[in-house]
Amino acid sequence: MSGKKIKSKGGAVSYAKWGYIFILPFFLAFAIFQLVPLCSTIYYSFFEYYRSGLSIIGPNFVGLDNYKSLFESDFLEYAGNTFVLWIAGFIPQIVVSLILAAWFTDQRLRIKGKQFFKVVIYMPNLIMASAFSMLFFALFSDIGPVNGFLATIGAIDPSHPIRFFSSIGWTRALIALMNFLMWFGNTTILLMAAVMGISPSLFEAAELDGANHRQIFFKVTLPNIRPILVYVLITSMIGGLQMFDVPQILTNGSGNPNRSSMTLLMFLNSHLYSKNYGLAGALSVILFIVSAILCLVVYFSLNKEDSPANSKHSKKKAKH
Amino acid sequence: MKANKNENYNLPKEHVQVTPRLIISYIVLAILAFLCLFFFYILIINSTRNHVQIQQGFSFLPGKSFLKNFINVKNDANIPIFSGLKNSVIVSSCTAVLSCYFSALTAYGLYAYDFKLKKPAFIFILLILVMPTQVSALGFIQLITKMNLMNTLYPLFIPSIAAPAVFYFMYSYMQSSLPMELVEAARIDGCGEFKTFNRIVLPIMKPALAVQAIFTFVGSWNNFFMPALVVSSNDKKTLPVLIASLRSADFLKFDMGKVYMLIMLSIIPIIVVYILLSKYIVAGVTLGGVKE
Repeated sequence: MSGKKIKSKGGAVSYAKWGYIFILPFFLAFAIFQLVPLCSTIYYSFFEYYRSGLSIIGPNFVGLDNYKSLFESDFLEYAGNTFVLWIAGFIPQIVVSLILAAWFTDQRLRIKGKQFFKVVIYMPNLIMASAFSMLFFALFSDIGPVNGFLATIGAIDPSHPIRFFSSIGWTRALIALMNFLMWFGNTTILLMAAVMGISPSLFEAAELDGANHRQIFFKVTLPNIRPILVYVLITSMIGGLQMFDVPQILTNGSGNPNRSSMTLLMFLNSHLYSKNYGLAGALSVILFIVSAILCLVVYFSLNKEDSPANSKHSKKKAKH
Repeated sequence: MKANKNENYNLPKEHVQVTPRLIISYIVLAILAFLCLFFFYILIINSTRNHVQIQQGFSFLPGKSFLKNFINVKNDANIPIFSGLKNSVIVSSCTAVLSCYFSALTAYGLYAYDFKLKKPAFIFILLILVMPTQVSALGFIQLITKMNLMNTLYPLFIPSIAAPAVFYFMYSYMQSSLPMELVEAARIDGCGEFKTFNRIVLPIMKPALAVQAIFTFVGSWNNFFMPALVVSSNDKKTLPVLIASLRSADFLKFDMGKVYMLIMLSIIPIIVVYILLSKYIVAGVTLGGVKE
């Protein structure tokens, strides 16, 4: 773009051109497969555009009608479901991860086999969520091993198994449990790294002052890992917004019982699948706005740390 | 050797008392480890038992029907597991290669060169770092319909050329491990810019590339949302889509041995890779992500 000019400056070779060449594929791919689709998504959200039987209706411009009918449909309820399912998994996840991170990094509490535990608790994160939910569906079905086991130990009457997937509470609890299992290992490892980044002299000073482990956790550890806690919270919220695989497979896309486990992305998927483009567009735009706000938070939390202007290490040391 | 042993022996003796806190922590860790492993244990056990045995109830010991289940799955035309495996391998490998190579290229472009749009480009990528791709799914589907790529595998990996998170990882890694002197030395030796990147920068980036290759491979292997919208014919389905179609079929009529076998075949490759590389993977989680 401005590469030509510089060569005239008496002999100095400019490599600026190469910078543009190297970043071109990324931005080209982004523009074609993300930016253009995003724009057309926003565009179609203002149009009446859906399939009725075999014929396609529209696109006819209808202004904000799609948004209106979205809010008149069950959108808010599904947003609520998504939030409930996310928070039910996230609270145990962050509590357990904080405790484990504190234990693993505690110098006085020498836990053996740390590496083994880390490997084991991280494993569910790599498992295919759809296979994992299919497994849960098989295990917890009316004739599945869990009911079989409960009948064997006499906890239930074999002719009346617990119907996990007919109960709102059980279905939601199982989804939350799976989300918890898949993510607590990841969060633990992130938090551990954060705790190990705290200057050891802080812990020593606290110990010399006679602080017990609870005081050290709340007064030293927690305040010092706040940036990464914010990061974990925000990325988990974005993940929660994208919750799809687990409830989709577990409830076969229906979100039953009573659509109580229908998440926003399942809603989007069903609109896209039935070629209900206008409504899908409006829903995407709302999801985009929420994600954009969360992206901004991530950007500023990263920027505080990463800005090249203030040398990271000197800043950190000065803080203490 | 002997002295060493004594030292090791002395150290813990001074510091480790078996406190109630230590006991509690072991109990909690044991419960969590149990939760993480138990479901997969049942999965493996049940994939070795036949339908009738599975219906009869729960067992801790494996059965003898592993091969039979495997052959049943193989011969079932409705769940083409091997074309599913093949499609998943193609899509995930291409995703890993494309996203790693082009992210490293982009990171190098922003790291090693000075140009006017350098800062805006960097800020832009950071802004979209965690943007879900699903928000533009509608436009994406229409685009690939126009491109005649519906029901093909290409739309599942070509967009991964633009992978902001991988880029960020590569950029952080370059900041810590790629001295510009090296690049300048290569230039003095008359090495072209592309050649410098391919022959000098990429080998230095190997550890970062390996970690990200694993993560992008796994991410793509497990991806369900996009493939479910893009591919529709049986021979193009990836594993997650196959599992979803199994779920939507009449579940109770299925041979449960086959169901467990299918689930196992789709997660076992990842578990095997994980066990082999767990040390690097666990270390990689924190490497380039967010630094405290």
